[in-house]
Amino acid sequence: MTREKSFDVMIVGIGGQGTILASNILGSACLLERKPVKGAETHGMAQRGGSVESHIRIGGVFGPLIPPGTADLLIGFDLLVALRYAHYLKPEGIMVVNRQLVVPTSVHMAGTPPPTIEQVAGALAGHRLCLIDAEALAARAGSPLTQNVVMMGAASHFIPLGFESLQSAMERQVPAKTVDVNHRAFELGRAAGKDCESRISTR
Amino acid sequence: MEPQYLLGNEAIAHGCLEAPIDLACGYPGTPSSEVIDILRVCPERGYYVEWSVNEKVALENALAAAWCGVRALCTMKHVGLNVAADPLMTSAYTGVTGGLVIMSADDPFAHSSQNEQDSRCYAQFSRILCLDPSSIQEAHDMIRDAFGLSEEFGLPVLFRPTTRICHSKGDVTLGEAVRSERRGEFHRDPKQYVVIPAHTRVLHRKLNEKQPEIKKRLVELGYNHYQVRGDTAVITGGIAAEYVREVIPEDVSFMKIGAYPIDEEWLSGFVRLHKRVVVVEELAPVIEGAVREVSGTVEVHGKKDGHSPFEGEFSPGLVAGILTSAGITPVVRYPEVAPVPDVPARPPILCAGCPHRSVFYAIRKIFKDGVYPSDIGCYTLGLQMGAVDTTICMGASITVGSGMKHAGETRDVVATIGDSTFLHTGIQGLLNAVYNGADMTVVILDNRITAMTGHQPNPTTGVTATGEPTPPTSLEAICRACGVALVETVDPYNLVSLTTALKDAKARPGVKVIIARQACVISARRAGIRRGTYTVDEDACTGCGLCIQFGCPGLERTESGVGITDLCSGCAICTQICPSGAIRKEVKK
Repeated sequence: MTREKSFDVMIVGIGGQGTILASNILGSACLLERKPVKGAETHGMAQRGGSVESHIRIGGVFGPLIPPGTADLLIGFDLLVALRYAHYLKPEGIMVVNRQLVVPTSVHMAGTPPPTIEQVAGALAGHRLCLIDAEALAARAGSPLTQNVVMMGAASHFIPLGFESLQSAMERQVPAKTVDVNHRAFELGRAAGKDCESRISTR
Repeated sequence: MEPQYLLGNEAIAHGCLEAPIDLACGYPGTPSSEVIDILRVCPERGYYVEWSVNEKVALENALAAAWCGVRALCTMKHVGLNVAADPLMTSAYTGVTGGLVIMSADDPFAHSSQNEQDSRCYAQFSRILCLDPSSIQEAHDMIRDAFGLSEEFGLPVLFRPTTRICHSKGDVTLGEAVRSERRGEFHRDPKQYVVIPAHTRVLHRKLNEKQPEIKKRLVELGYNHYQVRGDTAVITGGIAAEYVREVIPEDVSFMKIGAYPIDEEWLSGFVRLHKRVVVVEELAPVIEGAVREVSGTVEVHGKKDGHSPFEGEFSPGLVAGILTSAGITPVVRYPEVAPVPDVPARPPILCAGCPHRSVFYAIRKIFKDGVYPSDIGCYTLGLQMGAVDTTICMGASITVGSGMKHAGETRDVVATIGDSTFLHTGIQGLLNAVYNGADMTVVILDNRITAMTGHQPNPTTGVTATGEPTPPTSLEAICRACGVALVETVDPYNLVSLTTALKDAKARPGVKVIIARQACVISARRAGIRRGTYTVDEDACTGCGLCIQFGCPGLERTESGVGITDLCSGCAICTQICPSGAIRKEVKK
């Protein structure tokens, strides 16, 4: 029985933000490198605007679920959802999070003051954190729909898979006519993640 | 073939193509739906495929196909098997000639379900074979071979994946899809297919006589296997087997059950080689029951002595905990961590512009003191609007409503039910309510699609599963044929006509039906319908918050009052709610 530990990645966000496509990029990159991979994702009821989570175990040969407190990397498409799943990370784990926050409708309805970007980013400050302005980078790439690919580009520095494999997996996963714009998004994300890499690794 | 990264249900669907199948049918239900969704769009199909109106209908179709000698697949979620239980139980008596595989997907933790029932119990109850995969690859291989197994024993096979198989992903090696050359033909044999008492007594005995050889064969085929490694053993099955493999020490024996019924003699032989046996399985103690029956003086731990839970889904951490509690030290220790407290919840909610939201809003307004039985679908989320008082199972909104009225409930009863659910098992309740003189209002939330499970077409949609045009069924005609005197159809995006219809229904005795018809906002977006963008006039907005209380994610509080988010679909209900007329359509200059 192999016991080499898998590299465990949580991708979390809000239903509709493209977490499944992002996890498919990782899964398909694993196959390009002939690594086993297991993953689990949220479908059905939980997708209606709720928080969604994808577990991806690179090199995984057992079940698909990542135990809390053990994930190597957490990619968050929303600050608040990243905070909700922060306990999945191991203490030295890395967090790559979109510097954006969608306030849950229930908070608006309750009339309580909505949490701010600064507050939530502050609450995450204890982690090895890389904040990415995916909205602005996606806009620069040419489509607001590419934020998930921006995030994957940024996270690519912290994933034990070759950049070429990730890029080629991305090209296979996105709709054919959007390859160019996603290419730009991936590159812009990668450049933004580079800054984090130098900062985080010196800690 | 090279391995591919696939969703469990994709791998299962491909296994069916390799079998190959001749007919596939089912009723959508998470986590089973993608199997038919994939099969129905496969190019160059060599099989017939349909979305049936409910699981009983689906299973009877599939059973008949298998009687005709072809291979049939019938899919549903676990609770759908309750609906199909009637044909299931007797199909074990009549048996099949072509392979019949019933996929009943279980949902431990009830991620998207009303209960956590264990389909393996149905296999035990009906005495048919059950295959319980522990990985996507195994799920693929099992269903590919299940049709042949069904033919070998002339019995339906229950295939029981769980959420973490259906909706997990992994590297899978597929085989070649092939095209079936079979053609169904029914061979008359009343002793087999007409289950009058004289025939059925014989068929029941034959079913029982098949059992010993089935048990032997399942061991022979390798579905159930073990490795002896010490004097303590773990016996497991399903996805739990993967979690066990992740944490089990090298010197503890391992047995995996992938198929039922279990050969007791074989099981007993393994159990008695050990001093202590720990059983690890999700939901019902099916394996544990079998182990306890043959254990003699061997110490057995599991659910029945409190080491393992009867409910919920397992995980590596939970399984490590079970082993520790039963005296085995797992090879991996997991840290004890807790989520950050007080993070605002983000539950699923109705989409921005969902036509159900205005219906619930209007019901709460017109029937302030009403009682609101509801049903299974996206609209169960009306709970958050205080407009859902009960849900129990498919079709039970109308029946619960009539039962309340007959019990003496004096408040107005307003039942809500979706189009697909109404056609699934709602019609009978309506017929019964009218026949027996109930006094209630039924609102059919008609969005022309089975939305919750991923937008499968149904008889109101106007297309079949494969996209062939078909006349959309008339809900109005069905309701009138049931004897409903007041049947009114309204557009839920028009708050005035919606509330007028509800007031009208409130004023009249008997069973009244309001059909609130508007395309699901997701289908409308996919069809290219754009309703324009809206804006808030900051000068006119008083900040009263009535629109915010409507609970639409298309609206948010801002520092200056209220704003429209980019989720807005332009349904314009909020413009009809705003007392100051501050929300307006943006005019393009």
